Amino acid sequence: MDPITTFEGRVVALPINDIDTDQIIPARYLKVTDKAGLGAALFSDWRYNADGSPKPEFILNQAEHQGASILVGGHNFGCGSSREHAPWALVGAGFQAVVSTYFADIFRSNSLKNGLLPIIVDEETHQQLISLAEEDALTQVKIDLASQILTLPDGRGVTFPIDGFSKHCLLNGVDQLGYLMSLETPIAAYEEANAARVNTLLGRPDIRRVTFRLRRRT
Amino acid sequence: MSGKTLFEKVWNQHLVRPETDELPAALYIDLHLVHEVTSPQAFTQLRERGLKARRPDRTLATMDHSTPTTPRGADGLIPVTDVQAISQLNVMRKNCADFGIPLYDLGTINQGIVHVIGPEQGLTQPGMTIVCGDSHTSTHGAFGALAFGIGTSEVAHVLATQTLLQYKPKTMAIRVDGRLEAGVSAKDIILAIIAKIGVGGGTGYVLEYMGEAIRSLGMEGRMTICNMSIEGGARAGMVAPDDKTFEYIAGRPYAPKGAAWDQAVAGWRSLPTDDDAVFDAEVTLNADELVPMITYGTNPGMGMPITGYVPDPDKMRDVSQKLALDKALHYMGLQPGEPLIGKKVDVVFIGSCTNSRIGDLREAAKFIKGHHVADGVRLMVVPGSQRVKVQAEAEGLDQIFREAGAEWREAGCSMCIAMNGDQLQPGQYAVSTSNRNFEGRQGKGGRTFLASPLTATATAISGVVTDPRAMVRAMEHA
Repeated sequence: MDPITTFEGRVVALPINDIDTDQIIPARYLKVTDKAGLGAALFSDWRYNADGSPKPEFILNQAEHQGASILVGGHNFGCGSSREHAPWALVGAGFQAVVSTYFADIFRSNSLKNGLLPIIVDEETHQQLISLAEEDALTQVKIDLASQILTLPDGRGVTFPIDGFSKHCLLNGVDQLGYLMSLETPIAAYEEANAARVNTLLGRPDIRRVTFRLRRRT
Repeated sequence: MSGKTLFEKVWNQHLVRPETDELPAALYIDLHLVHEVTSPQAFTQLRERGLKARRPDRTLATMDHSTPTTPRGADGLIPVTDVQAISQLNVMRKNCADFGIPLYDLGTINQGIVHVIGPEQGLTQPGMTIVCGDSHTSTHGAFGALAFGIGTSEVAHVLATQTLLQYKPKTMAIRVDGRLEAGVSAKDIILAIIAKIGVGGGTGYVLEYMGEAIRSLGMEGRMTICNMSIEGGARAGMVAPDDKTFEYIAGRPYAPKGAAWDQAVAGWRSLPTDDDAVFDAEVTLNADELVPMITYGTNPGMGMPITGYVPDPDKMRDVSQKLALDKALHYMGLQPGEPLIGKKVDVVFIGSCTNSRIGDLREAAKFIKGHHVADGVRLMVVPGSQRVKVQAEAEGLDQIFREAGAEWREAGCSMCIAMNGDQLQPGQYAVSTSNRNFEGRQGKGGRTFLASPLTATATAISGVVTDPRAMVRAMEHA
């Protein structure tokens, strides 16, 4: 992952409450086994007609909003299904941040692992951003992750929350698995200390069959 | 010092590393359930980094989302025709073989919806931490486990380390006292809770359901309730384990046996929330006042008593809520002030990880016996697992459904997710026992009313949205 520090981008508003991940990317696009090309399916049912042609009234299809990289959604953005395909589709379509008053837990967690910043702002700032984006498609904001400040076109800076660990990973372009792997010693110690519970399934017959087949192959 | 909640006890017992100012907690995961849709990219990540699955013995894979539920062919196999699905299922098979993970393959006796088979096998146990790349993992909380959905990056984390990074959520007590009227069920309780707190009301919380009405439910009803915790935005939902929990688990394939069983039960008995424990928030509901619930909109929070009327956007004070309701009613093709009772439907779906267990099927079969599905209505009955299907067939339930004109299908997520061939046509109305009424969830342009299995069955018989209580009373007096 590339490190994220500061970026500027154009804002597009989709001020609908409770946008669920089924809208962000419908389930029929989830039969893939990689992450490529999901950007084309972003908001598919809102974006395309039945024949696949784009709906001109949908904001992301409008010429003046092409290239926008910061999406302002309504309250409770990303609720519903845990599909990480939702941030993959947003990133695939060129978005670097989503702004809302609050996010669904799993979507927020998934976004942070994919370099997509879920930026929480107060209601007033949220409303101001929506108005600005609706008035002028060229509205730009600046996001500084290190100082956790979103700067509005009028120069007003608004701080946004992010947990220190995710911030560290994003600023340095490292994923979270590396840190978890470094916990091998405490994980092994935990398993040993809780062996009575942790090892109860070692003798699972289905496990014995699988490991037998594995051994035979290698 | 005040006592601990059920959640805090389970959380504390699984801390590999506690949370600090700089770092999230590292939580040990007891059971990792895997399915074909949210795992391929995680296995790819493991391969790219040369990693193994750390604990295949605490991992179980199945196929449920993209699998068809069409009847078996002459060869006894379930035919898969979608090339993308075939590829996804083959990738799952290869991943499980390469990483040594047991797979309950399509059509085999243990296969089924991932949240149905965990409890069925006795793998889901009180006090466990359980995750799956699926938001309805909250189902397993019915056993007093801490169970929640994760993303695909986290699926890789758990495969590689059996550990997950988490910040401690807040706790919310949901107390449901009183007794349910005949014809009102667990599904109505959870739909009422979500209508009350809203789809974002539980964000950041783990819910604990308690009170007389919850205690009096069996394990399947508790699973139905915990299943939809995520629809209130909650991370997880839990019910304290009790004798009903232990009775349900006892004797299942992966339940502890002999002395280990006694020891396990003794441990499980210490899990319920202490009397002096404090929750961050509390919500109460009176079961005496509950009637069957139904949704009218495009998220599970847009629900009302079935006897109610579609709300009027113009009467909403909050502008964004007004817009949301406007949009929902437009999609649903409904008018403000319209009753839903009497609304004609095209499809009735009984299934999904919310309501596809043997108890749900028994209830629906008992109700539909001697009746016939209304003209012009398609009733699909989709058992949650192959074992549920076999059990139902042994009891003759499949015959009852078939004689009533219903489709009896193979196990899977089916029309709850509409990525497997089972889907609504644009504009169709469905009463569904599943968990999500989002736009397009059951097929592009399809319109979903969420309800209980009883309401769904009553609707299938009459062809229009029907309050099941009168039929339930008539049946009881017959």
